[in-house]
Amino acid sequence: MREIQSSHISDAVERLCLKAAFDLGDPVEERIRAFAKREESEFGKYIFGQILENIDYARNEQIAICQDTGSVILFVDVGQDLHISGGDLIGALNEGVRRGYMSGYLRKSICSDPVFDRKNTGDNTPAVIHTEIVAGDRLKIAILPKGGGSENMGTLKMLLPSQGLNGIKEFVLQSVIDAGGNPCPPIIVGVGIGGSMDKAAYLAKKALTREIGLPNPNPDYANLEDELLEAINATGIGPQGLGGRITALAVHIEYFPTHITQLPVAVNLNCHAARYAEILL
Amino acid sequence: MDITGIKQISVSLSDEVLDLNDTHRMTKIKHVAAPLSDKNVLDLVCGDMVYLSGVIYTARDVAHKRMLQAMDEGLDLPFDINGQVLYYVGPCPARPPRPFGSCGPTTSFRMDAYTPALLDRGLRGMIGKGRRSQYVVDSMKKNAAVYFAAIGGAGAAISRTVKKAEIVAYEDLGPEAVYKLEIVDFPCIVAIDSAGADLYEFGPELYRK
Repeated sequence: MREIQSSHISDAVERLCLKAAFDLGDPVEERIRAFAKREESEFGKYIFGQILENIDYARNEQIAICQDTGSVILFVDVGQDLHISGGDLIGALNEGVRRGYMSGYLRKSICSDPVFDRKNTGDNTPAVIHTEIVAGDRLKIAILPKGGGSENMGTLKMLLPSQGLNGIKEFVLQSVIDAGGNPCPPIIVGVGIGGSMDKAAYLAKKALTREIGLPNPNPDYANLEDELLEAINATGIGPQGLGGRITALAVHIEYFPTHITQLPVAVNLNCHAARYAEILL
Repeated sequence: MDITGIKQISVSLSDEVLDLNDTHRMTKIKHVAAPLSDKNVLDLVCGDMVYLSGVIYTARDVAHKRMLQAMDEGLDLPFDINGQVLYYVGPCPARPPRPFGSCGPTTSFRMDAYTPALLDRGLRGMIGKGRRSQYVVDSMKKNAAVYFAAIGGAGAAISRTVKKAEIVAYEDLGPEAVYKLEIVDFPCIVAIDSAGADLYEFGPELYRK
């Protein structure tokens, strides 16, 4: 059985926090650059120019791309043949977040209690952590720092199976229209379909971790992604909601088998500053 | 304070806008001074691209709540709000020697409930992102005020325009404290003007298929 020190995990998470906050990945930047060429509105072109300049500047200066450095969402795949020593996994992950948000001068945005005591925890912990036990002896950690502007515009609906494909399209499109400029378009639209209420929400978030623009391997869902992207970009919402051709950069759908009575659909939006980093230990 | 002069640069917007090294080759950028004069406000029209320079104040959710409480109790606001521009932002901590951290706009509608009272008190401009409620637009028309959209998610580049920052109130709120900022050429777009014209309304209509 392979062994890994918990301190090693904390170090890795600290680095991931900094990398994600400062350096937008190449796939997202390339996608933005490609879609910018298709924008027709004057404001839209101007905004695309500012967005690209911002990406470049943040990377060169090693400062946060966006001041909302988000809630930290971690997707952690733990190999079943791996043993973690020196401390518990959750503690080690949060320790990495704590250090990353301090050393990187990143904004701390987490309230200790959602209702009765909305006091800032001061170190951006706790992270929202999704663990999965997988085959092998490796540890994969992926970080998705998620800003409030886009997260607040998420939606979920338990559709009836009879509402089918049209019901899904209408719900996703209406969610994007209602969100307008708030989630900082051009956005990435994560859609989770099937499973249960919680599973659909999880899948919608997980969909945002897929490399931008890669289609769902199932051609039916890949076609639906294309169709939704076209419909969303026909709304006119445009960059920052000020009008234009490009409202979304991609639609990513993840699905899961579901109950005979159900058709859950969740929509999780990500802003153009779609920060993501991962590491395999 | 007077308007600092409108610079018309007649370069048509095409791919040049995406030239990262030459972002000033933009069309129709209006240079505007803050705090805002009557003339500033009335000259600004929905859809104007603006570089704002001068002094502005930051405030978001809790700072707004406290300012309204102070007004309710008959106390002074922490700064003279007459003619001022409020920027809805919660910045990152500043990495020395930078004066201010990454600082893009936050979603404005969370501040809507507090806004008419501040407009009645003399507030003339706001910078944020996203739509405002109709009652805010009505109050802006009544009080002749303007709402600028800054570019959400471009906080690093925006921080370059902040030359000096000092906390003037509510230091205990951390990123939500009220800062006085000295800015030079802060980029924004007039989203709602003092006549109530709203770019969030007619902008998307122009491109809806």
